[in-house]
Amino acid sequence: MKVAITGMGIISSIGNNVEENYHALVHGNTGISVIENFETVHKDVIKVGEIKLTNQQLAQQLGIGHDNDFSRTAMLGAIAAQQAVENAGIQNMNDCRSGLISATSVGGMDMTEKYYYEYFENEACRKYITSHDAGDSSHKIAEHIGLKGFVTTVSTACSSAANAIMLGARMIQSGQLDRVVVGGTDGLAKFTINGFKTLMILSDSYNKPFDNNRKGLNLGEAAAFLVLESDAIVQKENRKVLAYVSGFGNANDAFHQTASSENGEGAFLAMQKALKTASLKPSDIDYINAHGTATPNNDLSEGRAILRIFEANVPEFSSTKAFTGHTLAAAAAIEAVYSVLALQHNVIFPNLNFETPMAEFDLIPQTTLKEKTMHHVLSNSFGFGGNCSTVIFSKN
Amino acid sequence: MKKCYINGVGCISTQNTFDTEFLSEVAINTTENVLFANQPSYKEFIPPAAIRRMAKGVKMGIAASTKALEEANVEIPDAIITGTGMGCVEDSEKFLQAILDNNEEFLTPTSFIQSTHNTVGGQIALGLQCKGYNFTYVNGAVSFETALLDAKMQVENEEANAVLVGGIDETSKHTLELFKLVNLIKKEEDQPYSVLQPNSKGIVFSEGASFFVLENQKKESSYASIQAVSTISALEMDEVQNYIEAFLASNNLKKSDIDAVVLGNNGDVEFDGYYAISDSIFKETPQVYYKHLSGEYNTASSFGFWVASNIIKNQQLPEVVSLNKLHKESYKTVLLYNQYRGKDHSLIVLKKC
Repeated sequence: MKVAITGMGIISSIGNNVEENYHALVHGNTGISVIENFETVHKDVIKVGEIKLTNQQLAQQLGIGHDNDFSRTAMLGAIAAQQAVENAGIQNMNDCRSGLISATSVGGMDMTEKYYYEYFENEACRKYITSHDAGDSSHKIAEHIGLKGFVTTVSTACSSAANAIMLGARMIQSGQLDRVVVGGTDGLAKFTINGFKTLMILSDSYNKPFDNNRKGLNLGEAAAFLVLESDAIVQKENRKVLAYVSGFGNANDAFHQTASSENGEGAFLAMQKALKTASLKPSDIDYINAHGTATPNNDLSEGRAILRIFEANVPEFSSTKAFTGHTLAAAAAIEAVYSVLALQHNVIFPNLNFETPMAEFDLIPQTTLKEKTMHHVLSNSFGFGGNCSTVIFSKN
Repeated sequence: MKKCYINGVGCISTQNTFDTEFLSEVAINTTENVLFANQPSYKEFIPPAAIRRMAKGVKMGIAASTKALEEANVEIPDAIITGTGMGCVEDSEKFLQAILDNNEEFLTPTSFIQSTHNTVGGQIALGLQCKGYNFTYVNGAVSFETALLDAKMQVENEEANAVLVGGIDETSKHTLELFKLVNLIKKEEDQPYSVLQPNSKGIVFSEGASFFVLENQKKESSYASIQAVSTISALEMDEVQNYIEAFLASNNLKKSDIDAVVLGNNGDVEFDGYYAISDSIFKETPQVYYKHLSGEYNTASSFGFWVASNIIKNQQLPEVVSLNKLHKESYKTVLLYNQYRGKDHSLIVLKKC
């Protein structure tokens, strides 16, 4: 059973709303740049997908005043969720059984790392102590959109938002909710920059997904949310349906805490389950929005899993991470928005920076904007802990 | 729709609850504002090198989940779903401190790798070679309840036959200091601490891991079945009664059907008013409290869930957790209610199988 998407909102390094993101995607404008919003010793050796708005500017946009205790993650999330709710045309969040399922990996880490020792000397910054945990950002987003109901947070590293979408769809399908706002949010933090740096998977240049000479990922920050509504609400409110969540699957690679298995077992299982729940054949998929982080390990593992599912008939695929960087727990949410945009506009977004095919197989991503009549888009997201997720979006 | 049975449990808490008879060895604390887990020997669960490397939460999770799986006689579950309020704070702190103290240099990835919230679920899957569904919820005091709700949905809708579900939270030094700084944790001078006669703000903070195997079939090891789970993000004190009454009605239950109510009182004078239902709609119902034994942490309600499961299985309400000294001959239907600081409210109904 498919679930209707009736609204979406996004803020990323390539745009502050859905229209700006679409414009950048079709014009090939990347959001990868030098970091500006905070100091790090790695400033000159890394590039990031940073949103060029300061915390003060974000707070102003939200109208929350300078004495707020929002982490950057919470602010980005509130902006994107508000857009999604407005886009769906919802007047009262609580006029039916509504929920919010957000996803984050860092939560309020940006403030924790800023004030970690200062907390003991300076009382003024202590308001952020309780903003650290992941659930706090979700509560703030819920309050911002006026929601009182089912609120939870998924944190499965880089697949988090796909899993938030999945839980939301299942709760609508099983009749537990009538409406659910699903997505994810993560602000850039020194914590993650240094984490990925120590793993030696940060590129010193622009990331090149699926390229033989790829050197790693660019970290990014973003938030995106979708509004999912039951058929009854869609009919009652006469909603415009943007697309449907038609299938999903989650599996565990059970191979290594951070690395993906060589044959992409977890990814293979996730795609297989998603196709099964959508009652689709691999040949029904018109475009794959790949996880494609541009790390040596991911792209090889994912590529092999794609070949195992699609065999000789791999549809056009691309990773949009060369545009946005890897936005961790938000990645699957922004890529859900891009998948819906692909369906709506019948276009495939280019995989930027690709030059040389990988030696291990002959998979060539779509490198230019391509028009194609589209019915089903498959989106992959994989994370630490062996977490592998696939969501399928469909036009009808 | 299939029924959802609790067929195996494993509990590590501040009490000796891992390999003892239900609540046979408990001590009531009145003097410590932070309580640490009474950890078992991990030797039979985890290789020695890994014991040294792993954070407390991961180790507690592996041991408690192994115990639950063994009891239910399940080798590899179809899904692993965990809840944790604060996640892997020990490794997060270790990595963050290394970043700050060494100006972002000379770092090693180990603690970063183990800092993600889903480390416990991922490590259990890795150990069991379980390739099924693997989710982690991180939402304050409903982290465990969301995991439970998801697991119940999987079992009832036959997406999975056996689901391993658990709540884990570990303490770590710096975070404890920060929580003391903003008075989330009770002050030293407010001793003696009491959950039932609270005289101060804040809580006695602690940690633990409780795991459960949920299956669609009744077994000899079955404790209870889960009839309903509900959560809501926030309520005012005067809204609690309505929330509970509406929940009971939607599950075709009357107040009189409830044989015992398990309450999350934690001795915080500011917020224990949320449990005023013990003096109103459930005044005549046997009442259970447990945070005087477990302390408070985001997934302490999973300890309460373990207490409730045992009460139903044993058909006995131990004095040490009896709040109003009322008892019944049989415990067929038990209601659990928990919240933390007015947020993340949850209701669960357990039934005798």
